[in-house]
Amino acid sequence: MNKLKAGIIGTGNIGCDLLVKIQNSSLLNCTLFMGRNLDSKGMRFANSLGVKVSDKSINALIENPDLCDIVFDATTASSHILHAPILKNLGKFAIDLTPSLIGKMCVPIVNGEECINENNVNMITCGGQATVPLVNAVSNILDDVDYIEIAASISSNSAGPGTRANIDEFTQTTKMALEKFSKTKNAKAIIILNPAEPPIIMHNTIYIKSSDYNIEKIKKAVYDIEEKMQSYIKGYKIINEPVIQNDTLVIMVQVEGNGDYLPKYSGNLDIITSSAVKMAEMFALRRQGCLIK
Amino acid sequence: MLDKIKIFDATLRDGSHALKHQLELFTIEEYCKSVDNTGLDCVVVGHGNGLGASSIQIGMSKYPEQEMLKTARKNLINTKLGIYMIPGFGTIKDNLIPAIDIGVDIFKIGTHCTEADVMKEHIEFLKSNGKETYGVLMSTHMASNERLLEEAKKVESYGADGIIFMDSAGALLPDKVKDFITLVRKNTKFHIGYHGHNNLGLSISNTLIALENGADIIDGTLMGFGAGAGNCQLEAIIAILQKMGKLENVNLYQLMDTAEEIIEKEFKYQNGIKELTIISGMSGVFSAFKEKVKNAAAIYNVDPRDIFMELGKLKVVGGQEDMIIDVAMNLAQKNKKDATSYIVESLL
Repeated sequence: MNKLKAGIIGTGNIGCDLLVKIQNSSLLNCTLFMGRNLDSKGMRFANSLGVKVSDKSINALIENPDLCDIVFDATTASSHILHAPILKNLGKFAIDLTPSLIGKMCVPIVNGEECINENNVNMITCGGQATVPLVNAVSNILDDVDYIEIAASISSNSAGPGTRANIDEFTQTTKMALEKFSKTKNAKAIIILNPAEPPIIMHNTIYIKSSDYNIEKIKKAVYDIEEKMQSYIKGYKIINEPVIQNDTLVIMVQVEGNGDYLPKYSGNLDIITSSAVKMAEMFALRRQGCLIK
Repeated sequence: MLDKIKIFDATLRDGSHALKHQLELFTIEEYCKSVDNTGLDCVVVGHGNGLGASSIQIGMSKYPEQEMLKTARKNLINTKLGIYMIPGFGTIKDNLIPAIDIGVDIFKIGTHCTEADVMKEHIEFLKSNGKETYGVLMSTHMASNERLLEEAKKVESYGADGIIFMDSAGALLPDKVKDFITLVRKNTKFHIGYHGHNNLGLSISNTLIALENGADIIDGTLMGFGAGAGNCQLEAIIAILQKMGKLENVNLYQLMDTAEEIIEKEFKYQNGIKELTIISGMSGVFSAFKEKVKNAAAIYNVDPRDIFMELGKLKVVGGQEDMIIDVAMNLAQKNKKDATSYIVESLL
């Protein structure tokens, strides 16, 4: 089976974790790892895996457009604003892991099929990837949803300089995603950084307010999502059973990372990279289907 | 001790915790009118955890924050109006810009004591709008003195007018207060404030120690009205300072009357150090967790003190109120298991 050719722009922790996940995929192969400094830790890591690297960032792809079919952008929102039109012109499927929000908001198990037809998809935020699948599934079986709130706690160690400098974007973007993928236009997102040692594993609590709950149906939907999510992020785990407290549905989910390149506690980063790779695999499968036809 | 001491009054913000965030607009009006001429520098108004924190996670406010701020704005002429905000709860777009538009004078931006870089964006935004801005470090007991200095220097580098250290769990011991305030005073040039909680009965003496070692902002509440065992009681610390010949322009009687008329009579508030607040101070867990811990203990039939101690072991920080249910459920399960294994053992 021919693997789809994938490029990565951005050689930080996210880029490296994507690289490991892509190289472990039966559908993808990393053919170009792009950054600015051949001496960086990430570049040396990619080199050690025998992956083609370049310090010309996106220019490497402009010079050699046939090297990739899919491009993951793990740089920054302001860089992606520059990269997006270039990738579009080159006809590449862009998977954006920055908070730029240029492309369609993408949660693979929720709207992955629709996203395949886009040329640029955005992976929202870690809090979004962790909670939107549950929020969406539960919202679909409730008659009405008055309010949704999520609280995501992550370890300080796993919040890189980008997240820390842009906590406002995280909060606003996650809220937008909750509203987009549910029946309410009244959502709130909270993020808390915890510096405890050993680092805490990403913990999310979802609160949903509705006029009526069928808890058995909800539980089934919740555990169904847990199983689907575990197909691409093993450490996605519902902790404690969903309960109704003070007329509010409470669901808690913990996300432990796979430990591919990043430490296991940084499930918040892993869920974004895993979701991005899952999206790429869905795209690859569709592409193969087309080729077979 | 510096000659000019500022007094920031957190009664209508921290006190919201004591009211489960059900502060009434008429109380805000009455209170602001009553203290406007007393010589306080700033009255901070809002949800207990600040702007944007009205939520299921922490507790819903009775009124939208903008209504609260508008009410206070109308009734404060001599005293500045302040807000508190924790990034991750509130945002520039949803909360700070509307607050600027309402005419808030002083902005306090808070993070956990090791996470100051998260407030950079907000402080820079406020300073570029010419606003008096303070960085706040919460749960100061959870970091070393050197780390607190490092974080304070970051806050100074962002352009803040000062830093306020919160003892959110009322867990700080006097020696530590003396040491880190001295260290920060020596190495920074901006204002230093101290916001004490009374879980272990140390809030007033710790505030005095902070002032003696270089702090120049008292951050407290009337009658100590606030989360957990309450805050540093403003009337008491002001009385102490007046005995020392300071703060002579502050109208202490008027503040005492306000405390009696509004906090004591309207809310029947009695501050006091009780078992759960002591445990909160001992375990180093944010005082404001108290009500939620009590609820969870009742629902899952576990000892609230066990919940606090367990939360302390997990080193939870302000905002992680969802962990209370998690811990209560786990304790309940553990209790059940213990009971089962006891039965099994007794059969063997």
